[in-house]
Amino acid sequence: MLKIDHPICNRCGLCQKSCPFGAISAAEETVAVDERCTLCGACVNVCPQAALSIERRQASPEELASYRGVFVWAEFEERGEHLVPRRVVYELLTHGRRLADRLGQPLVAVALGDARMQELERLCHQGAERVVCCRHDLLGSYSTDGFATALAAVVAKEKPSVLLFGATPNGRDLAPRVAARLRFGLTADCTGLEIDDQGQLVQTRPAFGGNIMASIISPYTRPQAATVRPNVFAASPPDPLRPVAVEDFPVALSKASIRTKVVETIATASEGEKIEEARVIVAAGRGCGEPSHLDLVRRLAHRLGGAMAGSRAIVELGWIPHTIQVGQSGTTVGPDLYVAVGISGAVQHLVGMSSSKKIVAINKDPDAPIFKLADLGVVGDALKILPKLIEALKTQ
Amino acid sequence: MKIVVCVKQVPEITNVRVNPETGTLIREGVASILNPFCEYALDHAARLKAAHPEIEIVAVSMGPPQARSALMRCLELGADRAVLVSDRKFAGADTWATALTLAAVVRKIVPDAGLILVGKQAIDGDTAQVGPEIAEILGMPQIMYGVEMSLTPNRRRIRVKREVESGYEVLEARLPALVSASKGEALRRMPSLADVLSARRRELRVVTAADLDLSESELGLAGSYTQVVKVFPPAPKQGGRKVEGLEPAAAAGEIAAFLRSEGYVG
Repeated sequence: MLKIDHPICNRCGLCQKSCPFGAISAAEETVAVDERCTLCGACVNVCPQAALSIERRQASPEELASYRGVFVWAEFEERGEHLVPRRVVYELLTHGRRLADRLGQPLVAVALGDARMQELERLCHQGAERVVCCRHDLLGSYSTDGFATALAAVVAKEKPSVLLFGATPNGRDLAPRVAARLRFGLTADCTGLEIDDQGQLVQTRPAFGGNIMASIISPYTRPQAATVRPNVFAASPPDPLRPVAVEDFPVALSKASIRTKVVETIATASEGEKIEEARVIVAAGRGCGEPSHLDLVRRLAHRLGGAMAGSRAIVELGWIPHTIQVGQSGTTVGPDLYVAVGISGAVQHLVGMSSSKKIVAINKDPDAPIFKLADLGVVGDALKILPKLIEALKTQ
Repeated sequence: MKIVVCVKQVPEITNVRVNPETGTLIREGVASILNPFCEYALDHAARLKAAHPEIEIVAVSMGPPQARSALMRCLELGADRAVLVSDRKFAGADTWATALTLAAVVRKIVPDAGLILVGKQAIDGDTAQVGPEIAEILGMPQIMYGVEMSLTPNRRRIRVKREVESGYEVLEARLPALVSASKGEALRRMPSLADVLSARRRELRVVTAADLDLSESELGLAGSYTQVVKVFPPAPKQGGRKVEGLEPAAAAGEIAAFLRSEGYVG
């Protein structure tokens, strides 16, 4: 329940303004909460006096069973003047549909954004029964506080059984914040999700640099939540005949409730497609010798319809921006095809690409660790092989 | 101002091996190190202190008694004091129970912390969840993936340059706040002899469950919302092939044939 520490409350009224459910009345004399309160925590976070707290008790098995539905946070990204769902959202909806069918429960997408949001109907075409949509000017670009407040309100009200996030930078920023606010278990960076015979979500993830896999359940709390790596599940083609249902979910946000302020954005030169979403990646390492040789790598990537990426070593040499760095301190990728050019394969790099479906490696050192993962390993000088390869691919 | 740096001791994953029969980690002979991202966090704390000498840096680590060596390294790298949060009752904690314990330590030992710094993730678990969970429990704003940080002139706000997918973004938040570090100095610094000697004179105190305002049901495995039910080795890679000693044209031909057979080129 929501506890109000009346002696320290100064009746400023911010809690009333922040409540998405109109459950708080802050009169001159006293602050009161009624049965519309869902314990979403929006008020706790805006109270300047720290006079509000939430006491949560262990839920009974019956209460846990009352949580229903597989919910997916639909993360949007800018495309021109619009916001559209990221590809990982369609991957999660495709797999979420299977989980929902297994549970006999609905699949729901939660869209947070401003008036520029598009393709909401496609979330339904991709498998969702309905879309819960929070439109607010302050949700036009990502902020931890704005998005956590809106999503916590939706989850507290809707009480889903399963809640999935793409393991994108923002997904991994948002999910633990909401999990801690509403007190539910969260598993990071999953590569497998199944429903067991008891109807529990079994979440599988790599740990210790991919040397070990762990299966994890959240038996005591709901929703059962996970962030899921992009490219693990394939998105099915959308079915335009599926019915579309978009429900507006009003949220109360104020500028003051978003405690971080963007001072500056610095875009680095883009190499095109986000490597996290690329089906084919050609990645360069220090073995490429010098930055001018990266053009060969870029041309091969282009020929294969993929994206260029690189190792941490060449990011630190300043050859490429960090936005296309693969590995533990960069981006984790899992494309259909990963071509490693002059990358020896430090474990921190392998962690970031070992879930690629096919791996081709070219390296001078026959003992390079990358060869242990490679479906095809070629020992040789990449700078001599690449021009011939590009040529061979042209003449086909 | 006080800066709390939460750090973790991790096995050097380069050397991790798995027992193929039991699927468990072979920990013998594996070196333990201070998680590199935590080292970056400490590095940022030390830089802030260089600009504002009145800052006090408190390194906090939850772990077994051996985690003391990770905290010694923190003291050598510039922490003013260290707190080892260690008790058998903390064992088996998931990210939630870890965050709840660390937040309780901050409340108890450094209630006036102006800034909490963490590494963006630990290299053993890679969850990146404990930081945001601590921030939420303590009601602080968070800024993740920081690469540069500075205090504003009035020292009430922190300004952080952070990595985002399209490049960088500079964010500001009012203190107290929690910031995670994604990068720092590229090379691991070697502390000087003077650093090592002065580290030994600094306080390293141990905090146990009895020192915290948490009930036993909130600690360790009992307080964890997630449960590991099975640990197993990843499926071994099948059918890898390595070719050596080919002329460049022949090697290119091998790769082209592979790409064609897998359907990547028409």
